[in-house]
Amino acid sequence: MIRFEHVTKRFGAKAVLDDVSFTIGRGEIFCILGPSGTGKSVTLKHMIRLLTPTSGRVIVGEDIVSEATGAALSNIRGRFGYLFQSAALLAWMNVYDNVSLPLREHSNLSEGEIRDRVMDALEKVGLEKDLYAMPADLSGGMQKRAGLARAIVTQPEIVLYDEPTSGLDPVTSRRIDELILDLNQRLGITSVVVTHDLHSALSISTRIAMLSAGKVASISTPSEFIHSDLPVARSFLDAQYITRRGRWEE
Amino acid sequence: MIVREPESRPEPRNFLEALGQKVFTLISEIGRASMICIEGTLCFRHLFRSRTRHEVIRQLHICAVKSLPVVTVVAFFIGMILALQIGIELRRYNQETLIGPAVMTSMLREMGPFMSGLVLAASVGAAMAAQIGTMMVNEEIAALEIMDISPVRFLVMPRLAAMMLTVPLLSFYTCMVGVVGGGLVSYTQLSVPWAVYWQNAMDFANMKALYVGLFKALLFGFTIVTVSCYEGFRTRNGAVGVGQATRQSVVTNFLVILVIGYFVTRLFY
Repeated sequence: MIRFEHVTKRFGAKAVLDDVSFTIGRGEIFCILGPSGTGKSVTLKHMIRLLTPTSGRVIVGEDIVSEATGAALSNIRGRFGYLFQSAALLAWMNVYDNVSLPLREHSNLSEGEIRDRVMDALEKVGLEKDLYAMPADLSGGMQKRAGLARAIVTQPEIVLYDEPTSGLDPVTSRRIDELILDLNQRLGITSVVVTHDLHSALSISTRIAMLSAGKVASISTPSEFIHSDLPVARSFLDAQYITRRGRWEE
Repeated sequence: MIVREPESRPEPRNFLEALGQKVFTLISEIGRASMICIEGTLCFRHLFRSRTRHEVIRQLHICAVKSLPVVTVVAFFIGMILALQIGIELRRYNQETLIGPAVMTSMLREMGPFMSGLVLAASVGAAMAAQIGTMMVNEEIAALEIMDISPVRFLVMPRLAAMMLTVPLLSFYTCMVGVVGGGLVSYTQLSVPWAVYWQNAMDFANMKALYVGLFKALLFGFTIVTVSCYEGFRTRNGAVGVGQATRQSVVTNFLVILVIGYFVTRLFY
């Protein structure tokens, strides 16, 4: 469904992505893991053409995203939902207006239908009681959940999640994980999740891509990943082990 | 128009290359800012959609109503200063009664549009650049693009419509308040009777001066929104970038307003 073909992205002299190729199948939950600054968010932004590759192609279905412009790009973007790391809610609109914005702009739904769709999305993320709150009055976690409601309200085929659980407490993080799983299982939504949260990646993903220095170091299932001998994957796993069990219990 | 990636150019090898790069950068910046202005203007066809109307009214409130106190104070004191400076000189020739025409003409032709333009550039324009810059940094602009909502239509067009209405109106208001301020000084400091001051002032108020002043104000409105939004859209590097965009928008607006002001005056007089 999403295919990266030898994608290289340079910012000046620095290659953030270096000959990256992979394919994500329909209905997958594909996690992209890796240390900070390895190009995870940049990879995600290429899928929706917020960034254009220096070389190579990004293909979604039959469409070449990296070359699309105008109406073609609009059509491709219409298939996506995107949860930003910062939630990216519009500060002067309340939660209801933020979530309903894409429907108001692009659908011919009546006010009642919009309300039903928005309430459904807000219930999914547990924000149905905060619909008139302004973003500034919400905690970081609530903002993220509102951002997620906005990403799914249009019922997209593909949802891209940029660090969906960063900065959230463990309970909310697991709730977000369950929501991603639920959307995937009930609606068949393809999900691409960029995360540092190994627990989250191992519990929800069908496959995990490990990025290192702008290259795909490995693509594996969670069970393969946990037994990986790859140094960068090992260091990721060991760091989690030390934090949770090793030093803490000593 | 919205540049998300830093432009990379080779290190200049000599003065000429460095100069060439600066000229090229300046031209491309003017081009991008002009594109924002043109696209924003073309989006006026969406002006009567209900959501857009609400946003225009919200922007009118921010641009006009919230700026009114500071514009009033500035206009009043500008009129007083003009009257005092001109009056002191005219008194040497026993021509104090001509203060009214002098204040009226300068307010209508130059000071009204200039002062309202500068005040709006420093207050509303800076706020626009800061808001759009913050939205850029917080990825709100990217969120709009992903939702296939044109940031120019959604953010620039309502501001453009509001400023095109606001600046000419505030410019006229500035003129009137300035003339009243001048009248107050003439009466209290230079002993020119109110009636004489007003009569002479109104005799010299001509329609051409008013129209040219309003035309200037309209151009200033375009300029302020274009420059401020452009600076906002090119913001990078977090809070520091927002600060730089805000400062740059004020500096550029001031310069462009002065340059446009001169050339419009040159064109009509």
